[in-house]
Amino acid sequence: MEYKDYYAIMGVDKTASQDELKRAYRKLARKFHPDVSKEPDAEQKFKELGEAYEVLKDPEKRAAYDQLGANWQAGQDFHPPPDWDAGFEFSGGGFTGSESADYSDFFDSLFGQAGARQTYRRTGGFHARGEDHHARVLIDIEDAYHGATRMITLKVPTVDSQGHIITREHSLNVHIPKGIRQGQQIRLPGQGAPGMGEGKPGDLYLEVEFNPHSLYRVDGRDLYFDLPLAPWEAALGAKVKAPTPQGAVDLTIPANSGAGRKLRLKGRGIPGNPAGDIYVVLQIALPPANTDEAKAIYREMEQKLAFNPRAGMGV
Amino acid sequence: MNDEIFSGLLLNDEHCLSLSELSHACDVHADWIIELVNEGILEPRGKDIQHWQFSGISLSRVQTCVRLKRDLDLNLPGIALTLQLLDEIQSLKNHLRGIDPDFDQS
Repeated sequence: MEYKDYYAIMGVDKTASQDELKRAYRKLARKFHPDVSKEPDAEQKFKELGEAYEVLKDPEKRAAYDQLGANWQAGQDFHPPPDWDAGFEFSGGGFTGSESADYSDFFDSLFGQAGARQTYRRTGGFHARGEDHHARVLIDIEDAYHGATRMITLKVPTVDSQGHIITREHSLNVHIPKGIRQGQQIRLPGQGAPGMGEGKPGDLYLEVEFNPHSLYRVDGRDLYFDLPLAPWEAALGAKVKAPTPQGAVDLTIPANSGAGRKLRLKGRGIPGNPAGDIYVVLQIALPPANTDEAKAIYREMEQKLAFNPRAGMGV
Repeated sequence: MNDEIFSGLLLNDEHCLSLSELSHACDVHADWIIELVNEGILEPRGKDIQHWQFSGISLSRVQTCVRLKRDLDLNLPGIALTLQLLDEIQSLKNHLRGIDPDFDQS
C-alpha cells in the first residue's frame, strides 16, 4: 500500500491553518470537480483531494496522521505502525456520504474501522423500499441504430447477517432500445437494492453514453462526419459514396463546393420520431505534387486560373 | 446470473418521472426538488405538484446539483448559474465538434 502525502495533494504546508486548508480545498475542488472540470483525470484528483481534506480538516485525524512522521514519501510502500493510533479515538466525525467507500487503502488502513464505512441507514423493523441504483453503460453509435443487448455488472453493497457491508457482484443482460441517445436513462424496475422487511426493491437507472467513434460525431439525434473530396470533385460536382451507420449511400456533391460546406442526409441520423439527420462536412484533400506530371498540372493551374485565395484580405 | 434479458423503460418525452420517483431515484428530499423547480433549474410538465412529470434528463441534472451542493457548498442560485454555464459550454463544444474535426483530440 502506498503512503499518501495529504499535504502535497492539497498543495499546503504542514503548518497550514484550518482556514488555509479550507481555502485550498475550495479552490482545488472547483478546479477538479468532475462536473465542471476540463482536466482529463479530474475524477481521480477530486477523490484524492476529498480524502486528503477528510483527514486534514478533522483535528483528531490530522494529529494522528501527523504523528506518522515526516519521513514518508508519497508513493512509498506503507504499513501502519502497530499501535500508531493509540490515544486517538475516531468518533466517526464528519463522513459525508457513500463516497467514503472510494477512499484509498491507505486511508482505510488508518481510519477504515472508524466509520469510513457508512452505517446502514435504513435499520430497525421498518418496511422500506430499497435504494435506487445508478450505473452508466457504454454503447456504440451503431447500437443506437439497431438496438443491442449489454451485460451490466454492478458492484452492489449489501448488509450481511452480522450487519457488515459487503460488496457482491450483480450481472444482468439489458436490452438497449433502438433510437437511444447520449445521456438518456433506462429504468429497470426492481433491479436496485433489495427492500427492507416487506418493502419493494429499488430501481436501477442506466445512463447511456456513446463510445467515441472514429468517423462520426454525435449531437443529440444528429451525426456529423467529414468527407474528403478531390479538388475536381468539389469544383466540378460529383457523385461519391459516403458511409453511414446503415451502409454506404450515394451523395451528390454540387459544383463549386468549398471546404466546410455541410450537406444534410435527412432522416439518416439516430432513428426516432422524428429521426435525426447526418451532416456531411466537406473537406478538400490536396493531391500530392510528387511527380513531374503532378507538378506540371499545378503549374498549369497557376498560370491559367486567375486565383488569389487571399483576395479578401487586402494583401 | 441468468440468461434473461431485461428490457427497461426508456425515459424520454413520453415516459417521465413523478416527483416522488425522482426524489427516490436521487436519494434527496422532495422538498429540495421543489426548490430546484422554484429556482428554474428543473422544468417539469404538469400543472401542479401532484401531476409534475420530469424528463429523464432531470435525473442526471439533480445528481449534478447534489454533487455541486455537497462538494462545493453551492447555494441554489450558485447551482443554477453553474448549470446554465455548463449547458452553454456543452452547446459550444457540440458546435465546435461540428466544424472542427480534431476538436476531441485537442
